Amino acid sequence: MSKLGLPPVITRAPSMLRRGPRNAEQMFPGSSGKSWFGNLFGKMPWLTKLCFLWLILVVLSAALADLIPGLADPNYQGFVFGDGSKTNEGPTASHWLGTDNVSRDILARLIYGARVSLIFAFSLAAVGIIVGGTLGSIAGYFRGLLETVLMALVDTWLSFPALIGLVFITTMLGMRNLVVLVLVGAIFIWPSYTRIARATALSVSGQAFVTAARAIGTSRKRILVREIFPNVLPALLAYSLVGLPVLIILESTLSFLGLGVEIPTASWGGMINQARQDLLINIWPAVWPAVTLFMTVYSFNNLADWVRTQAAARSAAI
Amino acid sequence: MSKILAIRLTRLVMTVIVVSFVTFVGTNVLPGDPVNALIPIDAQQDREFVEQIREEWGLNDPIVVRYGRWLGDAVQGDLGRSLVTGQPVTDEITHRLPITLELMAVAVGFSLLIAIPLGAFTGYREGRRSDRLISGLAQAGLSLPVFVTGLILIYVFALRLHWFPAVGWNRLSDGLGPNLKSVALPALSLAITEIAVYTRVLRSDMIATLKEDYILSARAKGLTDRFILFRHGLRPSLLTLVTVVGLNIGFLIGGSLVIEYLFAIPGLGKRLFSAIQQRDFMMVQAITVLITVFYVIVNTATDLVYMVVDPRIRRTN
Repeated sequence: MSKLGLPPVITRAPSMLRRGPRNAEQMFPGSSGKSWFGNLFGKMPWLTKLCFLWLILVVLSAALADLIPGLADPNYQGFVFGDGSKTNEGPTASHWLGTDNVSRDILARLIYGARVSLIFAFSLAAVGIIVGGTLGSIAGYFRGLLETVLMALVDTWLSFPALIGLVFITTMLGMRNLVVLVLVGAIFIWPSYTRIARATALSVSGQAFVTAARAIGTSRKRILVREIFPNVLPALLAYSLVGLPVLIILESTLSFLGLGVEIPTASWGGMINQARQDLLINIWPAVWPAVTLFMTVYSFNNLADWVRTQAAARSAAI
Repeated sequence: MSKILAIRLTRLVMTVIVVSFVTFVGTNVLPGDPVNALIPIDAQQDREFVEQIREEWGLNDPIVVRYGRWLGDAVQGDLGRSLVTGQPVTDEITHRLPITLELMAVAVGFSLLIAIPLGAFTGYREGRRSDRLISGLAQAGLSLPVFVTGLILIYVFALRLHWFPAVGWNRLSDGLGPNLKSVALPALSLAITEIAVYTRVLRSDMIATLKEDYILSARAKGLTDRFILFRHGLRPSLLTLVTVVGLNIGFLIGGSLVIEYLFAIPGLGKRLFSAIQQRDFMMVQAITVLITVFYVIVNTATDLVYMVVDPRIRRTN
């Protein structure tokens, strides 16, 4: 109040107006030149940013391994072919991370090994989303006998220790390329995804928009495809982000046991297994893959945690 | 309560039957002839001899008949004879089981010993620097595969410092000291991941519990923080932890397979591994079923403990 008893001069817009869009980006998304992706990245804490960049580096180098100029052949044993490469070399200009006990380039093997880990993890996540998502959505929406039988099967399947089953089947098969490993992994990946998809489908089925779709005469099949599945998908994607590091550890563990992709194909677990006999002679062929494996798994975990807190914050805001 | 128990037991039996049948079919459908385990390759030229052996071991019967026979014997405690050594499978299992159980028990016990104070403390100090540090370390621990942890421990404490043996096993009958020395590194490798998981789980439950009104009133009474944390806060926060400890048994079983391979420990996991490689199907079948039974029983027990810890669940059921 001013001294004259007059109402105060309004110098700023009422708070109601101020609560509107604060900048052009908020008024017209995408207009500021910053993409949604740039915004997302900007919001990350610094450690998550580093993790994200590391994952991009790993994915890109694995995908483009064949195109990287000057990258050695991961299976080329220099000392056999007499080009001067020594076994157990330290870092040199031609071998940035040195060589292993049969003089193969460690950096090249790391990069090609990333390929095995990533293809295994991403393919299995995709299988889980597609198979588990379909089965779980059907069970959660159609209910009935099918649901009872399917869920009993899922519960039984989940009580079987997966690593033991994987070791069992991969040993029996004898032939182990990446395709076989993914197919065997698929046997064990679908139940957990099915369970989550079914739980989500159950809650989605109770939503008003499903009732509305039913009311306007949409067929049950169409509701499943158009209403249920798209709403189950986000939950499965979130779950698969948490599952990726677990799958990478699984692949490296199998390789470590000598049951991953067949040698000489490079894999992180296989490299560690091969190097562990010579730890006292040269520890580096074990250190590099172990560090890479740890950083990759940690990055996925850190990113998944961040996504989870973001999602929790958003649902709390709503 | 007894009705729940009955349902649980039926499901337990069903699970065991399904898993044992799947394993049985699996061993027979996948490539690899059990005859190879029974007799050397050069003796297999003699077709008649091979047939005789097949007949003797009942390998020519239909698979359902063979499974029925196996199940009938198994119920009576006879898991068959090893195809490689010819010895009863149960003998070898009773010889090796204590080793794996000790390994897992020490790992879980040690993890809980570390994780319960850590989880309670980080929950109490939520968002502070000490919480961020410990939670960050837990996330890192979660990202270390068991075999990497094991290798680091072997390198530092066995190969460099010579405090513990790198490989092998001393039984409890060889004396407590040597036994503890051989269990230390393998159990610790298994425990690192468990500590990380348990700490995170307990922390988040603790945060929720500490927001309850009765904690506020306890504080108003002037009780010390430590007393409130461990006497009032801990028990209601243990629920999820109990479940996770039970669920993680499956992970521990897999982990102990890897750890027994890495440390050359003559436990059940290592035997399973070699049995698979030797195509010793009787042994594979027996150990797999045993592991599943163990796993399902632990999970059933977990659910029951759950009811004991939390009266609310007892009532709603």
